[in-house]
Amino acid sequence: MTVAQQFHEGALTLEQWQHVEALARSLSPVQARWISGYFAGLDAGLLRGGAAEPAPEASPAGRTLTILYGTETGNARDLGKALAAAAAERGLAPRLFDMADYKVRQLKDEEDLLVIVSTYGEGDPPQPAIGFFEFLEGRRAPQLPNLRYSVLALGDSTYEKYCEAGKRIDRRLQELGAARLDERIDCDLDYEESAAAWSGGLVDKLAAESAERSADIVRLFPTAAAAPTTTPAYDKRNPFAAPVLESIRITGRHSTKDTRHIELDLTGSGLAYEPGDALGVVAANNPAVVARLLDATGLDGGASVSVKGGSLSLAEALERRVEITIASPRFVDQWAKLSGAAALERLKGEAAAAERHAFLQGHHVVDIVRLFPVSGLDPEILLAGLRPLQPRLYSIASSLAAGAEEAHLTVAPVRYSLHGEERGGVASLQLAERVKPGDTLPVYIQPNPHFKLPKNDVPIIMIGAGTGVAPYRGFLQEREATGQGGRSWLFFGERNSRSDFLYQTEWQDWLKSGVLGRMDVAFSRDRSAKVYVQHHMLEQAKDLYAWLEDGAHVYVCGDANALAPDVHETLIRVVAEQGGKPREAAEDYVRQLGAGHRYQRDVY
Amino acid sequence: MTDIIDRSADLSQPLDRLGPDERLKYDSDYLRGTIDTGLLDRISGGVRFEENKLMKFHGIYQQDDRDIRDERRRQKLEPAYTFMVRVRMPGGVCTPEQWLKIDELARLYGGDTLRLTTRQTFQFHWVLKEDIRPTIQGLHEVLLDTVAACGDDSRGVMSTADPDDSALHAEVAALAKSLSDHVIPKTGAYHEIWYGKERVATSEDEEPFYGRTYMPRKFKIGFVIPPSNDIDVYTQDLGLIVVSGPDGIEGFNVAIGGGMGRSDQDPATYPRLADVIGYVPKDRLVATADAVMSVQRDYGNRVDRSRARFKYTIDDKGLDFIKAEIERRLGAPLEPARPFEFTSNGDVVGWRENADGSFNLTLFILSGRVSNRPGKTMMDGLRDIAKVHRGKFRLTPNQNLIVADIPAGERPRIEAILAAHGIGEDGASALRRNAIACVALPTCPLAMAEAERYLPDFATKVEAILAENGLIEEPITMRISGCPNGCSRPYVAEIALTGRAPGKYTLWLGGGFHGERLNRPVLDNAGEAAILATLAETLGNYARERSPGEHFGDFLHRSGFFEAGPDSAAGDAVLVRAEAPTRA
Ligand code: SRM
Ligand SMILES: Cc1cc2nc3c(=O)[nH]c(=O)nc-3n(C[C@H](O)[C@H](O)[C@H](O)COP(=O)(O)OP(=O)(O)OC[C@H]3O[C@@H](n4cnc5c(N)ncnc54)[C@H](O)[C@@H]3O)c2cc1C
Ligand SMILES: Cc1cc2nc3c(=O)[nH]c(=O)nc-3n(C[C@H](O)[C@H](O)[C@H](O)COP(=O)(O)O)c2cc1C
Ligand code: SF4
Repeated sequence: MTVAQQFHEGALTLEQWQHVEALARSLSPVQARWISGYFAGLDAGLLRGGAAEPAPEASPAGRTLTILYGTETGNARDLGKALAAAAAERGLAPRLFDMADYKVRQLKDEEDLLVIVSTYGEGDPPQPAIGFFEFLEGRRAPQLPNLRYSVLALGDSTYEKYCEAGKRIDRRLQELGAARLDERIDCDLDYEESAAAWSGGLVDKLAAESAERSADIVRLFPTAAAAPTTTPAYDKRNPFAAPVLESIRITGRHSTKDTRHIELDLTGSGLAYEPGDALGVVAANNPAVVARLLDATGLDGGASVSVKGGSLSLAEALERRVEITIASPRFVDQWAKLSGAAALERLKGEAAAAERHAFLQGHHVVDIVRLFPVSGLDPEILLAGLRPLQPRLYSIASSLAAGAEEAHLTVAPVRYSLHGEERGGVASLQLAERVKPGDTLPVYIQPNPHFKLPKNDVPIIMIGAGTGVAPYRGFLQEREATGQGGRSWLFFGERNSRSDFLYQTEWQDWLKSGVLGRMDVAFSRDRSAKVYVQHHMLEQAKDLYAWLEDGAHVYVCGDANALAPDVHETLIRVVAEQGGKPREAAEDYVRQLGAGHRYQRDVY
Repeated sequence: MTDIIDRSADLSQPLDRLGPDERLKYDSDYLRGTIDTGLLDRISGGVRFEENKLMKFHGIYQQDDRDIRDERRRQKLEPAYTFMVRVRMPGGVCTPEQWLKIDELARLYGGDTLRLTTRQTFQFHWVLKEDIRPTIQGLHEVLLDTVAACGDDSRGVMSTADPDDSALHAEVAALAKSLSDHVIPKTGAYHEIWYGKERVATSEDEEPFYGRTYMPRKFKIGFVIPPSNDIDVYTQDLGLIVVSGPDGIEGFNVAIGGGMGRSDQDPATYPRLADVIGYVPKDRLVATADAVMSVQRDYGNRVDRSRARFKYTIDDKGLDFIKAEIERRLGAPLEPARPFEFTSNGDVVGWRENADGSFNLTLFILSGRVSNRPGKTMMDGLRDIAKVHRGKFRLTPNQNLIVADIPAGERPRIEAILAAHGIGEDGASALRRNAIACVALPTCPLAMAEAERYLPDFATKVEAILAENGLIEEPITMRISGCPNGCSRPYVAEIALTGRAPGKYTLWLGGGFHGERLNRPVLDNAGEAAILATLAETLGNYARERSPGEHFGDFLHRSGFFEAGPDSAAGDAVLVRAEAPTRA
């Protein structure tokens, strides 16, 4: 097979092909080898963003470099891509994989491995990475004496099992005899700097090693790779100010819930999403809560502070830049120092993790400030102790195919009282109470490749409770608009049928038109029948299993603690009973569903 | 004779020539349809169109809270469906035990409220679909049901609530009960669907009288004991005017073809007073009912439901023909009517001593609404009375309540309970005590304007006018309906409002004080101000110019108010019928 044919199959334009051919003719064998490595890295790292790869490519350094990320909301992916680009730029030939797509058999052949993984639930891996973890931590994992690696663990220090997934990989690779290229780092939500430092360090180290062998070549194209940017005009750091078209409570009177339906106008933003994706909302704190904190600290909101270079008023910084409700361990450490309070000192360090976690549940920033007053506080010190304000994600409850350039959200306001004060969630209350139709809201699209409709006529089983039903509204809007799609079955759960049957009339219409084939509802607080979705799944076990056997895709969306585990357990039961399988076989069946992307979860 | 009679719209025609409801009834397998599966469907709190129609025959109506209908639509929620469940209670007689059960069910499933109706029974509102069965099974425990409380069949049978002669009342009430039992549908559907009874395979016709298509429309029977015309006998499809002697009932004057319902759009619909066609002895009662009902069953209009009531059958076929047909089916001519006289269609509120020295207490209950309000815990109070009372309760056609047969010694205890719960006449004027308002909003799907919720307010304003004119103790019948259907029997009232649109009513004046004469429309589509202005004027004239003992309605006719035509303030009036007929 000639070079020309290969490239033609790669579907280059004639012009591109001529450039490449000309360049190829001008190259020395060494240069040619370098170029191939360069393109491999460029390809894997920047264009494909983690599609499955053939056999490892040799880098100039002679050792293969693989970057693995495990992600749910995309942070690890972004870091992975950046790392791959940086590595490629330095002449390395990294291959970038999502753990979800990585062929675990390749692990034994890996030489240098950089892992970026986030943590969910009780120190669990991101959903899509579960298969990888099961293999790595399982008996079938190979010894890895030749492997060098380093782990970047993404996490949120307000969770008890901080960065646990990363820690698990680090621990396990040690057990398997691999050697650390560099110490693991655990990154909190403000991971940018520390992550950059980790990446930079490793890239320097590896580049240096390879440089010893191919120093001359590296200088050939010093500034070769200006990474082709795939990022949209608007993103997390540059959100689009979307006009709010509608914001309405969709739970009826006497409901114990207060669920909101919000419609945002994306016209002109160029933002595109697919059903299953989430919308990132760049939230701002409630000015009243800011005032409360200012009052507690005795600081002047007008005081000008400088954050990330720019200077703005303290009040503004507290409103837009940092989390001022939930406190992080870092804040405890800092406040312990500032206040010298023994009670806080006790909470420092790994040993006190559990106790600290419990304390932080019941004591938010303002509570700590009130309990342990600090006089003459420097506003910038205060800010330094607080975590950057994180955008919040909301499953998109609409489909662009339905016509309008809009994104709809289904939001459950978080409200609670603490220390005798009514308090609530930053974003959900902003959405429910502070933004009105006509206002704008900074948003971006958070793609979720692991929660997607299957090809045309594959049956789908959608399971959701409460706001977990949101993406299914998008699914059905899509199927209705495109006229495509196979059988569909929705399990929905909430509290009261009269008031909490979210989007009731729309499901009814879809049932009539056949866009939705079947629906089972479970209302846990109706006087007549207190049931949950899993009860209906068991009632319908026979059909459910038949659908699975017919290749149906299963979706689960909603509460990570209340819903997901029970549904998962129920699926296994259904398979065991109906398939006449022993427990392990049933578990494996469900695991295979996951591996085959037929069991997709979007839980929070 | 029949050859000159037009049979093109009645039962003699093939099904496909008749209206859709006839097909629906025919195909319903004697009122079963798909009701049982509809009850299980969880995707909606309501039932399908056909199921709703069939459930009416079982005494159940699907409704929704109209106050929040639009709000729910915007919330992408279906209407707040609930069900109205109407009890079958012939003659309105109810035991304390039954009262307690009904009270309990209302608190469990009926939104903590009960509604006494103009046909002497209870209605539960706000019943959720899944609570209908428990409600009906609860009623079953005290031997009550809801069979044919609605639907194209014979409805609840009425009887005068409080005649002086309580022995006579007992006899008539017993007849009302047995006649009701006789005329209701016999299908096993009710027992199967609501009590969960197994269907018994039967070859013989499930409905010997009704057949598969039941009546063309609702059919209403009522007994009245003169001189009280509390049931408004002239508004019944079949009115039975009790003729009694020293040893009780001797027979009945038979009145046929009464009805109130009309619709504003359709001039071919109108209220009609019943015609007295003769007398039958007591032992011919059931035969007479069968004969009359079968004539309507066979000749009633089954093509156009708006013309399907008996009153139109009579006007279409001619009274003579209908009477002859009835006599033919009775196998004997009717005897000439016996003399009788009515004095009023209202209730006498308060204590009244019976011949046997016991007492009847008639409690004024504004538009029949029983519930607890701050300072007036009527629902609790009546429950307390039911706990100690050893006589009966009687629901009156004016939506009031009689605690009957209270031994003299018990009177203080009852009075104490009433006082404790703030139940009393609370100085209500004579007008208010006998005023009737239908349910209307928010539950009635047909309501065009408020009625029950408007009555207190409107009555207060009319009372002000009465007070100005020194008429506050003058009994005047006033009735409000939220739409022209006339559930409050407005067209025989001296003052009546029927709803046209929110805040807009047709004002009717001049009905007969004891229900003997239809009133006339005076203002159409009028707001409160115009209505009150007209009342101020006419009541003012009445106060000044009436002759002793003359009733308001009679006065308007004598004083030539109608001949003079409605005055300027009245705007354009529409006449319901050229001539408002009068009955002695
Ligand atoms: C509860 C009651 C009024 C009240 O405040 O007490 C009532 C309430 C309703 N009536 Fe009535 N009618 C009630 C006595 C009457 C009367 C008075 C009477 O029968 O003495 C009449 C006038 C007499 C007559 O039948 O002509 C009456 C004539 C109607 C009509 C008009 C019938 C017609 O021939 O045009 C309708 C509408 C219909 O049937 O299509 C109707 C329909 C209704 C419905 C069921 C509305 C519907 O069809 O969905 C109302 C339920 C409202 C609610 O939320 O409860 N109701 N209705 C009365 C129950 C009586 C009972 O216990 O059975
Ligand atoms: C992929 C994804 C999709 C999502 N989709 C949706 C969706 O479709 N709809 C939706 O409503 N949400 C959705 N969420 C959740 C959403 O992103 C937010 O987490 C949620 O709205 C809360 O954010 P908030 O800013 O309002 O609350 P925050 O400001 O984050 O406050 C929440 C925190 O408050 C604290 N807290 C809560 N209750 C108490 C208490 N009683 N005492 C003390 N502290 C307490 C807890 O620390 C809790 O973590 C999704 C999340 C993810 C990850
Ligand atoms: C539902 C949910 C649960 C989480 N649980 C944990 C946890 O238990 N421990 C932790 O350290 N971080 C936890 N996090 C924080 C994430 O790991 C953190 O947001 C990370 O940046 C996400 O990276 P990703 O976008 O690559 O998935 C959780 C986040 C979410 C949304
Ligand atoms: S009169 Fe009209 S509004 Fe009133 S209850 Fe009857 S149908 Fe409803």
